[in-house]
Amino acid sequence: MPVPHTAFEPEARTNHALRAYLHGLPGVDEVGARARAQDLSTRSIKTTAKANAIDLAISMVDLTTLEGADTPGKVRSLCAKAALPDPTDRTVPRVGAVCVYPDMVATAVGALQGTGIGVASVATAFPSGRAPMEVKLADTRRAVADGASEIDMVIDRGAFLSGDYRKVFDEIVAVKEACGDAHLKVILETGELVTYDNVRRASHLAIQAGGDFIKTSTGKVSPAATLPVTLVMLEAVRDHHAATGRHVGVKPAGGIRTTKDAIRNLVLVNETAGPDWLTPDLFRIGASSLLNDLLMQRTRLSTGTYPGPDYYTQD
Amino acid sequence: MAERRGTKKSRKNTDTTGGAGAEGADGGTARDGTTEPRPPARLAVRKTYKLYLGGAFPRSESGRSYPVASADGTHLANASLASRKDARDAVTAARKAFGGWSGRTAYNRGQILYRVAEVMEGRREQFAAQIADAQGLPRAQADRIVSAAVDRWVYYAGWTDKFAQVLGGANPVSGPFYNHSAPEPTGVVAVFAPQDAPLLGLTSVIAPVIATGNTAVVVTSERAPLAAIDLAEVLATSDLPGGVVNLLTGRAEEIGPHLASHADVNALDLAGAGGLAVEFERAAATTLTRVLRPGPGGGDGEEAWLDTDPGTSRMTPFLETKTVWHPVGV
Repeated sequence: MPVPHTAFEPEARTNHALRAYLHGLPGVDEVGARARAQDLSTRSIKTTAKANAIDLAISMVDLTTLEGADTPGKVRSLCAKAALPDPTDRTVPRVGAVCVYPDMVATAVGALQGTGIGVASVATAFPSGRAPMEVKLADTRRAVADGASEIDMVIDRGAFLSGDYRKVFDEIVAVKEACGDAHLKVILETGELVTYDNVRRASHLAIQAGGDFIKTSTGKVSPAATLPVTLVMLEAVRDHHAATGRHVGVKPAGGIRTTKDAIRNLVLVNETAGPDWLTPDLFRIGASSLLNDLLMQRTRLSTGTYPGPDYYTQD
Repeated sequence: MAERRGTKKSRKNTDTTGGAGAEGADGGTARDGTTEPRPPARLAVRKTYKLYLGGAFPRSESGRSYPVASADGTHLANASLASRKDARDAVTAARKAFGGWSGRTAYNRGQILYRVAEVMEGRREQFAAQIADAQGLPRAQADRIVSAAVDRWVYYAGWTDKFAQVLGGANPVSGPFYNHSAPEPTGVVAVFAPQDAPLLGLTSVIAPVIATGNTAVVVTSERAPLAAIDLAEVLATSDLPGGVVNLLTGRAEEIGPHLASHADVNALDLAGAGGLAVEFERAAATTLTRVLRPGPGGGDGEEAWLDTDPGTSRMTPFLETKTVWHPVGV
């Protein structure tokens, strides 16, 4: 059921108007959101349903490496894994995308040539976002010029928390413009937004400013992608679709390490936003260690024996 | 002397009961004038026998349990009936504990194994009673078994910082190299404990596995699993890191195949696998798991494990030899 709220006036880009719109959104029932997420996480997904869920989850993974210690060699081996997650089993689907820092985009694009897998790049002074606007835009343009098909930007949480919604809005609009054809994912960093009400407001702000995806977190702040937060964000994209007909994607990132976590997220998507969102075009999972667990569960289902981590590549 | 003390004690008990009864009678009369309420008998505090996984005592994930009887058929307690998912969790816990345990100094491992002996010594009575019930042994013999089990921990505690010298060393090579070999732990070992030797047999298979730095997932005797959980309480209070030993009470034929074929299990000790040994060894071959086959004549109860010097035969199968070549003069 769509949440009724003040209609968004695209022309009224003043802080006052944005504030009226965002604070006019209904508050989130925190206890209710937690209980709903907890309730949905007890669904039992077994046998063929589990096999399908695992393959779907693999195709939704944004295989990520965002470390200061990243080397071109590590990025290339990650790309090889993205194209062929399990060299012993060619029926395993490819992952959704590879996610790297901007300076590694060219390396990743080169390594993924011919595979059809896109490169997502974090940009705009990831993860803190504390840089002048020109730097953020240059960061974005360079990543797109190097061949990134998706840009993961961070919002200015400081501006958001101090109530300067217009600054956040204008930044998203400017970065969206700098992206050109590349898809824009807007990272809200929900761990720093403190309340679910703020998560809902930031989600709607990012959606209205033109984000193609809203993403929970950078993975550098704890807590990262918790189920109730993802639930609130899925409600936002569902309500936006009901009001305007436009589909916006959601990407939880950080802290999703096991197949169980991934399947819980898929259940949440199906029950909140609906089956339309059960596609890599509208739902992604930002993760690195999750992929190995998905592959091990897949092997377990197909062979009946427990696999060990020694049989899978680390990066 | 013991007898006399017992008599005195029982008389004293009788007196106390009588006194309490008299008081109770007074109270009863005051209340309704007809009945004579008795002092409430103390409720028995029975132990719940659970699994030992990752340093904690959880029930089986499946929620199942099974009755355990003494040698003469008296019901003793219910034990948790471990499932394949408990076995999977145990392997995960053992793998997680392996890095820390194998990385400790041999001296420290020895201290901890000796500590197990110390703590066990303090609970002799409990173990002796448990073994006497489970095996139908006279008390004196049960005491002897407990002593041997405590001594077994001391024995392997001594080996922790000596096996490397005995099994490794400098190798003579024809060339300008120093050449050294050193034994290293294999990893996670799945142990099928002897079915008819629930304390000394169990100790004799666990201690050599962990003494060298391996971690263990142990399937205890199905018929007599209670001593194993008592032992788990000793392990949990002896500074042994959680996950180094994980104890599953239940059926080897149910959880064994999953452990044997598990790719993250590095070795199997089939001491108590009995007729299942061949099937398990075959399953283990698919992932190149090391296997220690059951020895001959494994059906003689605790007595079969009384040999005071078991040697290194239960340690060497769970060691890998690392050899290092180093150029001379560099």
